[in-house]
Amino acid sequence: MADKSTIVLFSGDLDKAIAAFIIANGAAAYDHEVTIFFTFWGLNVLRKDKAVKTNKGLLEKAFGWMMPRGAKKLGLSKLNVGGLGPQMIKHVMKKHNALSLPQLIELAKEQGVKLVACTMTMDLLGLKQEELIDDLEYAGVAAYLGDASNGKVNLFI
Amino acid sequence: MRKADIVVDTKGMACPMPIVKAKKALDGLASGQVMEVLSTDKGSVNDFQAWVKQTKNELLEHAEENGVYKFYVKKV
Repeated sequence: MADKSTIVLFSGDLDKAIAAFIIANGAAAYDHEVTIFFTFWGLNVLRKDKAVKTNKGLLEKAFGWMMPRGAKKLGLSKLNVGGLGPQMIKHVMKKHNALSLPQLIELAKEQGVKLVACTMTMDLLGLKQEELIDDLEYAGVAAYLGDASNGKVNLFI
Repeated sequence: MRKADIVVDTKGMACPMPIVKAKKALDGLASGQVMEVLSTDKGSVNDFQAWVKQTKNELLEHAEENGVYKFYVKKV
């Protein structure tokens, strides 16, 4: 049986999401079965960048407006400077031939990394399946623990 | 010079790409075949030693020349 690695991505910060996806892609290259479990602000990484028409209440809609819409819109955990920080870091990453977050997500999918959206926090934040990118699984804490119990590396980011 | 069955050039690529590319290439090899990986990533010596050990393959040799790291990995 293959070794497993799991990451809980709780954060919706660009830098932390990049770190999570680099580790996930590295673990996949180690032949691990890799799961990233997205919960709370981490779910924003999975949002489609275009608005999707949904049937939601005002409070849920407000959450949708206030949160970043997808991997390209995330802020930095430090030195965000009103969105200037992310532009700077993206520039520097390009210079160093580092993959962007959207590229890292594509690579993770290609390598068979399992991307799991936490359904309970989707409800809290008012996020619907049709607002998130394709090829996700939907589950809760039990499914996560099922993977993590056999995990060699389990991280919370 | 060793002879490799496949050469994986990751020069200029940043972490985690050298390992990811190497993994893909190694998947396509048969047991006993040798892969040569080129990298300019300064972390790659430690990375490749750890990766080869954990994935239970064999690092035959590694060398550095003008900032380019070369690894010969035998698929077990």
